[in-house]
Amino acid sequence: MPEQRTRMTGAQAVLESLKREGADVVFGLPGGVLLPLYDAIYQSDIRHILVRHEQGAAHMADGYARATGKVGVCIATSGPGATNLVTGIANAYMDSVPMVAITGQVNTFLIGKDAFQEADITGITLPITKHNYLLRSAKEITQVFREAFYIARSGRPGPVLIDLPRDVTVEEVEFTWPEINLPGYHPSVKVHEMQIKKAAQALMGALRPVLYVGGGVKYADAHRELFDLAVKINAPVTTTLMGVGCFPEDHPLSLGMLGMHGTKYANYAIQESDLIMAVGARFDDRVTGKIASFAPHAKIVHIDVDPAEIGKNVRVDIPVVGDAKNALVALLKEVLPKPRSAWNEKIESWKKDFPMKYVPDMSIIKPQFVIEKLCELAPDAIITTEVGQNQMWAAQFFVHKDPRKFISSGGLGTMGYGFPAAIGAKMGMPDCEVIDIAGDGSFLMNSQELATAVVNDIPVKVAILNNGCLGMVRQWQELFFEKRYSATILGRTSPDFVKLAEAYGALGLRATKPAEVEPVIRAALASDRPTIMDFIVNPAEKVSPMVPAGATLSEILELEWCDEAQACHLEKIYAQSRSDILGQEG
Amino acid sequence: MRHTIAVIVENKSGALTRIAGLFSRRSFNIDSLSVGATDNPEYSRMTITVHGDEDVLEQVIKQLSKLINVIRVSELEPAESVERELAIIKVSADRENRGEIMQIVEIFRASIIDVSARSIIIEATGDEEKIDAIVQLLRQFGIKELARTGKVSMVRGARVIKA
Repeated sequence: MPEQRTRMTGAQAVLESLKREGADVVFGLPGGVLLPLYDAIYQSDIRHILVRHEQGAAHMADGYARATGKVGVCIATSGPGATNLVTGIANAYMDSVPMVAITGQVNTFLIGKDAFQEADITGITLPITKHNYLLRSAKEITQVFREAFYIARSGRPGPVLIDLPRDVTVEEVEFTWPEINLPGYHPSVKVHEMQIKKAAQALMGALRPVLYVGGGVKYADAHRELFDLAVKINAPVTTTLMGVGCFPEDHPLSLGMLGMHGTKYANYAIQESDLIMAVGARFDDRVTGKIASFAPHAKIVHIDVDPAEIGKNVRVDIPVVGDAKNALVALLKEVLPKPRSAWNEKIESWKKDFPMKYVPDMSIIKPQFVIEKLCELAPDAIITTEVGQNQMWAAQFFVHKDPRKFISSGGLGTMGYGFPAAIGAKMGMPDCEVIDIAGDGSFLMNSQELATAVVNDIPVKVAILNNGCLGMVRQWQELFFEKRYSATILGRTSPDFVKLAEAYGALGLRATKPAEVEPVIRAALASDRPTIMDFIVNPAEKVSPMVPAGATLSEILELEWCDEAQACHLEKIYAQSRSDILGQEG
Repeated sequence: MRHTIAVIVENKSGALTRIAGLFSRRSFNIDSLSVGATDNPEYSRMTITVHGDEDVLEQVIKQLSKLINVIRVSELEPAESVERELAIIKVSADRENRGEIMQIVEIFRASIIDVSARSIIIEATGDEEKIDAIVQLLRQFGIKELARTGKVSMVRGARVIKA
């Protein structure tokens, strides 16, 4: 591109930089110091989605990024606007989501003076961003924006924050588009040939291999290569929560998800394997269980684009630093086809003996049944989740086949993530059905974004598995704290989710009996408006199976999904719904 | 086990905070940290002493390398490098013991950089053990104030650590 030289304000330079970096939609909320920037947005053709809380903007940018693979952009004003982004930025950092967060800042001459709406947001976000910048002059804008987008999307992706003082946005500047100059940043994407050879040899020699796949495969767009490799050598594949969808779950080689609430057969396979090849996964504590007894017989190959992940949590025998796609392409060339083996048969028998299941019920809605029905009626939908039981059931009972169609807060575990993430995903993929599988507790944490969805005509669907409690914590209290439900009982009297939807101008639907589930889902899918489905589910239902905290993966327990007495007891508490009895009966 | 690491870092605002923050955030134990200019005004050099096993050292180096402002991270093997620290020490001194103190200063090839009726300031340079030793010896006279720079270190011979 020939270098164009045009004089413009800093704010206009920001918009021009965003355009050049391919940002077609941004999510934000203005404020005093952002007036010049928002004036430039008003005159620009970049689409701006006005949110109702900045946390919503950060999660929308995140959901947009995960659904499209592009960099998500959110904007918030100085001080409280910026601090409201913090949870969303931390969430993106933990899950390696490419994001650029732009925050307003007070005038440069006021920085450090405790000015009105001043917060040291670069200081605050230091540990939760891949990098951040505080601009001091409009001359830096284009360079910094170019670098920020590059850093956010390259290597191991992550959020980058740019703090933009007000006077920098009004300063006039000659627009140039400089080259990236980052002498200290060289993402290691190329793979080492020798290490690939070693990894291939290990795969060929293994009798009981398992491919353990995380979000890195999704971000590297390497799921096809993964599929080819698994099929070529007949290796079973298990995914982390972040890797859900990277391998089709209806395939015979699929082990589903592993870890705390993974399948029994995935956890058994890991513990008995003689070779684990981790691809873009980081041996998180929710995956490994007790680390000292994790996969005791296995040699470990670890492929990761971030060298710091290798050897961080477990000893690694064959490290491969590099992009997952490059690594898998190289591996595919090195390995020879392997026939089915006794290991495949063993896994198939485990799958038959220990399937994912729950006890169906004809009188009261089981949450797992709702997920199965959603999967049956909207198999190609993008699923976002909140955090807790809803998230685990969504991972377990929806049959995932597409890496970019399961969007969930993994590392940080942010309640309130799923709904704004769904809005972001829908903005990026308008032709896809987008469904947030939610809990009644999580949904309320960002339900104000119903206004954003309605006003901007973003027809996302929310399936609330309404159990009247903070279900995952309640489950732990039932199992490990002698049923003392301290501060986990929400009740079902407030809010009325159907009325809440209607108050915002959205469609509200409710199912209280199993027979009503399918008609409600059909009505929601037929609707072209934002829609809330309120499923009144059995409150005592638990997520199963479960590896207790600190236990070895093979010690995975089949829980009694639902204790009838507990269900009655909880319903009684909800009915009375008086604060003095909440959480005090056992 | 103690390790010495040299870090070449871009001279940008916040770079030092990023590095210091990393150590506390990741629970790395830092013994000493010194920072100063290099012959290139765009870069500073930090010398960091940490303790921990090989795994800790590997994580420290990898996590430091991930920081965008960090250009280079190298471990300095003690046997293959020279290291120096500077200390200035204000010691109580009167007519009676001044001579004895000056003898110690001479033995350690330190120097006296300030004298008053009741105290003197001594400047000492050397590796950590030497500084520890002179401090220990001066303690009997009463140390009023002590300031140490932390270690700077460099590889012997032709090998060079720069940006």
